[in-house]
Parts: sequence; C-alpha cells; structure tokens
Amino acid sequence: MERSTPAVATTLKYLALGAYLVFLAFPLFWLLSTALKTPQEIAQINPTIIPNDITFENFRAAFDEQPIARSLVNTAFVSSVSAVLTVFLSIPAAYVMARYRSVVSRAVIVWVLLSQIFPWVLVIIPLFLLLRDAGLYDSHLGLIIVYVVWSMPFALWMLRSYVASIPYELEEAAAMDGATKVRALRSVIAPLLAPGVVAAGLFAFVSAWNEFLFALVLIRDPDLQTISLTLVKFIGAEGVARLGPLAAASLVATIPSLIFFAFMQRRLTGGLLGGAVKS
Amino acid sequence: MSGETPSEWSGRRSEERAQPSAERVRSRARPASMSGVLAPPRGRPKKQQPPRARRRFLGLDRDGMMLAIPALIPVFAFSLYPLLRGIYLGFTDAQAGRATETTFTGLENYGDLLGDSYFWESFRIGLIWAFSVTILQFVASLGLALLLNQRIRLRWLARTLSLVPWAMPPVVIGIMWRLVYHPNAGLLNDVLMDLRIIDSNIDWLSSFSLALPAIIVVGVWTGMPQTTVVLLAGLQSVSRELNEAASMDGAGAWQRFRNVTWPAIAPVVTAITTLDFIWNFNQFGLVYVLTEGGPGGATRLPMLFAYEEAFRYGNYGYAAALGNAMVLIIAVFVAFYLRQRFKEAKN
Repeated sequence: MERSTPAVATTLKYLALGAYLVFLAFPLFWLLSTALKTPQEIAQINPTIIPNDITFENFRAAFDEQPIARSLVNTAFVSSVSAVLTVFLSIPAAYVMARYRSVVSRAVIVWVLLSQIFPWVLVIIPLFLLLRDAGLYDSHLGLIIVYVVWSMPFALWMLRSYVASIPYELEEAAAMDGATKVRALRSVIAPLLAPGVVAAGLFAFVSAWNEFLFALVLIRDPDLQTISLTLVKFIGAEGVARLGPLAAASLVATIPSLIFFAFMQRRLTGGLLGGAVKS
Repeated sequence: MSGETPSEWSGRRSEERAQPSAERVRSRARPASMSGVLAPPRGRPKKQQPPRARRRFLGLDRDGMMLAIPALIPVFAFSLYPLLRGIYLGFTDAQAGRATETTFTGLENYGDLLGDSYFWESFRIGLIWAFSVTILQFVASLGLALLLNQRIRLRWLARTLSLVPWAMPPVVIGIMWRLVYHPNAGLLNDVLMDLRIIDSNIDWLSSFSLALPAIIVVGVWTGMPQTTVVLLAGLQSVSRELNEAASMDGAGAWQRFRNVTWPAIAPVVTAITTLDFIWNFNQFGLVYVLTEGGPGGATRLPMLFAYEEAFRYGNYGYAAALGNAMVLIIAVFVAFYLRQRFKEAKN
C-alpha cells in the first residue's frame, strides 16, 4: 500500500467524503434556511443560501394560519396512547416468546418479517372496511388500534431480546417463593425490563407520530387530523410566501423523532442489528 | 364446563391421544423438557430456554396462553384477518357505495389488469423506480460505508448526517425536497444557475422527463441510512488479519476488496438489497407528497395506482387484485434474485 501514492488516495477519499456531506446535508440545511427566512427573502429572484436576517416569524405564522397546534395535540394524543397500549400488550407476549419454545414464538417472528415486506396499501383496504363497519372510521380510536397492531411486531421483537437477556434463575427464585407466572412477570421481570420498555414505547410513539398512509385513509375530519396530514394539506395551498411557514411546521413535526434517534443512535446502529443478526 | 366429571375429562384426554398432533409428538419426544435440572437439554447451545411442564395448546401452558392472548387478539383481528380478507377481495367486484352484494368474480380482475394500459404504465414506472433506487442506494451506501469504516477526519459528521434521513417523517422528507426542487425559490435551480449549468429555472417535479429521475434521487437519499448501517456492520466483521495478510502479499486496494472484503459481506449485501427492493417497490408516502403520481402519471408507482383505484374511484376489488399481483411479482423477483445469489455464493 505504500507503493500507491498515498497523497492522491487521501485527496480522493476526502473529495468523496465532501460529496457525501453535501448530498446528505444540503437538503436539511435548505429546510432550516427556508424556515428562518423572511417571506421577502424567500421570494427573491436569486434565493440566498444563508438567510440575511434570521426570523422566527414563520414559526408563529405556521401556528396562526393553519390548525398546526391542534394537529400536534391530536398527534401527541394518538401517539402516546398507541405507545402505552403497544407496550402493555407486548410485554406479556414478548415474555412468552422468549421463555417458551412455542409455535407462537416462531409465528410472531415470521409475522415480523412479513410485516416488513407486505405492501400496506393492500392491508389498508380491508382494514378501512372493517373499521368503517365497526363505526371507527374517522376516529382517533380507529387510528390508535391500527397503530398498535402496526407497531406490535417490532415491539415484540425488541422486547423479546430484552426478556431473553434476563436470567431465568431470577424467576425460578420467585417461583420457589410461590409466585405464579403472572406475579413473577409483574414483580420480577417488569422492573428489569424498564430500558426495553422505554425503547419499545418510544419506537411505537415515533412510528405513530410519523405515520401518514393510515391517517390519510382513516381520518377525514380536519379537527382530528394528525400532523402529517395537516402538513400535506398545507402543501396544496402553497404560494412562495407560504414556504416559510411550511418549512417551520415541518421542522416542528420532526422534533420527536429527532429526540428519539439521538437517544437510540447507538442501539440502532449496534444493538438492534447485533440482535437481528444473532437470532 | 362446571358439570364435567373427572371421567369425562379423562375420556376426552384419551380421545386426543388417539390422534396426536405434531406438537404433542414433539413434546413427548423430548422427555428432557419435563425437568431441566435432572436432564439438561441435549445438543442445544442455548441453555436459557427453560423447561416447561405441561403443554396444552400451541406449545403453551395455561399461564403462557393467558400472557400471549392480549397480543394475539388484536393481531388476529386487525392484521391477519384484514390481510386474508384483502387477498380475498382481490377476487371479488367489491366497490364503494354499492347497494348490491359483493360477488366472487374469480380471475376477472386479473384479466382486466392485463388489459389496463394505465396499470402497465404504472408497473413499468414502478420497476424503473425500484431497480434504480435500490441499485443507486446500494452503490452510494457501500461507498459511504467504506469511508466510514476508515480512520478519516469528519467521520462523526458523516456518520450523524447519514442517519438523519432515518429520523425524519416521510412527509417532512417530501416537503424538504419539494423546497429543494422548487422552481423559483429552490436550492437546486439557484445553485445550477450560479454555476451557469442552466440558464432558466426548471420545474423539476412537473416535468415529464425529469420528475421520475428527481424523485429517484430523493428515494436514494431517504433509504441510505438503513443500507449504510447494515453494510458498515458487515464491513466491521471483515477479518482484519486476512486484509493485512493480503496487503503483505502485495494485493492492491481493489484486489483486497474483491477477494477479501466482498466475499465476507456478500450475505449482508444480499439481505439488504432484497429488503431495499421490497421497500422501494412498496413506497407510497414519499412519492405521494412529492408529486402525487404526477405529472400525468409519470411518477405513479403501483402503490399510488392502487391507492387511487381504492380511495378515489372506490374500486376496492380491483385495487386489492393489484395488490395481490404486486405481492406475487415481488415474490418472483426476490426468489429469482436470491437463487442467483446463492448460486454465486456456492461457486
């Protein structure tokens, strides 16, 4: 390797890195820049890359003009209820998956994989009919049910590996003291699962927060819209002057998942993959 | 139930015994599972699977069943059942707001699909989209992963940035790129004008010839995190000794890549390209936000087509049939690809 001129190789390497950085960063930078510009500056013939005077006016305008605040509240409600329900329903089943050698465990793993590859447009037609017949069309409850079922395969998958990492001896000790399985689960396993529960809950929360297709099909009432829907409606009305508020609202909508990913970065790049490869 | 006597119970049990299910046979063939303390499980590397006394249903005892049921009910009611009903719908003439009963029409929908030029156009666009995004994603991500796998300055920045698309709602990604592509206030036109590559603003997303390439770039940007992370994990498992030995023998960078790195990451490459292809083919939200399938259907991916059929025109049966056909086509592509890759791996 000493034979090839290292200077040329290094230069090429950094050129490539630079190209990647530009490709990855510029759209983000542009979103931020548009959100911070004045309407006059956005409408200029020659758009400026860095805003001349930074203003937070767009954020205020976004909240004033459109039912953004309302949809943020809706989304927060739907996402948190979905997350709590997902976790509560998943913990016991994840326990069964980790501790029993059962058909159910294998079926769930197959289901996790299938849910990754299935086109959701196909599932949503019967789901729409089902919820409509049950009177749950255009309601938050219907949306919550869909989100819970939708994020459960992955939550089960995550929680299963957490349960498996808790030594079985702990439960045996509880059983010796005469605790039933349900009791053992509640008093011994559940506290040790806390980090896994937080991770799975956050995952369910962010999936629901970011979701678009189900909300598009299942929600019609503007007062019930989630943030993804409101943003898309916002696009329809865009003139150049409204690009600023649109960008500002988009940034606000990204905050929950940014927080989630900041928390989970290491797990997502290392842990999750390790678990997936191993088991 | 309460009136049952012990003899009825035993009678039922002997009946069951007459026709043992596969599960029960398996559990009987493993007497070790009766007591893990006395007889440790044989030939099983993982010891953490604890022994279970009685097995009743699906390999679960009563406690296990009680724990699994809260999760199983919603899964059955709201995902397995709709899935099966969706597949069935593809063979019916179900429509929105129709008073008459939905009837089973067999393969009629599929015959209609074959003769539907809009479908073929959408299918063609879907294939162009899925193949180009998957291939470009793979090439770009492999390059980035190779860079990130080295000691290089600004690695932390590239690493963080490469994860950001993952952290963004698809709708926001769509809006962001609309801003980049905006004809008057967009970044892209601005930069290209400054560099004197173009001399008038281009309306990227409304142009028949440019809309598809433009959204393909967005698709690549969006899918890079997953691919890069997976490939990077693959690269980190490549044996360092082998690489050093090869370079001692005078192998150049390309030869080392070809003979050491590539064989080691090949399984990971197969897995991620397969998944990427499926994900890309099923893409909906991103393109819906970017173009809604326009201009004039130039970016109408199959899933957008299905969505429009179902929820704009109310042709549930036809849309479901399209979904079925897509699943079948994806399955064939994936099976073919995987066979090819396994053949290569053998040689």
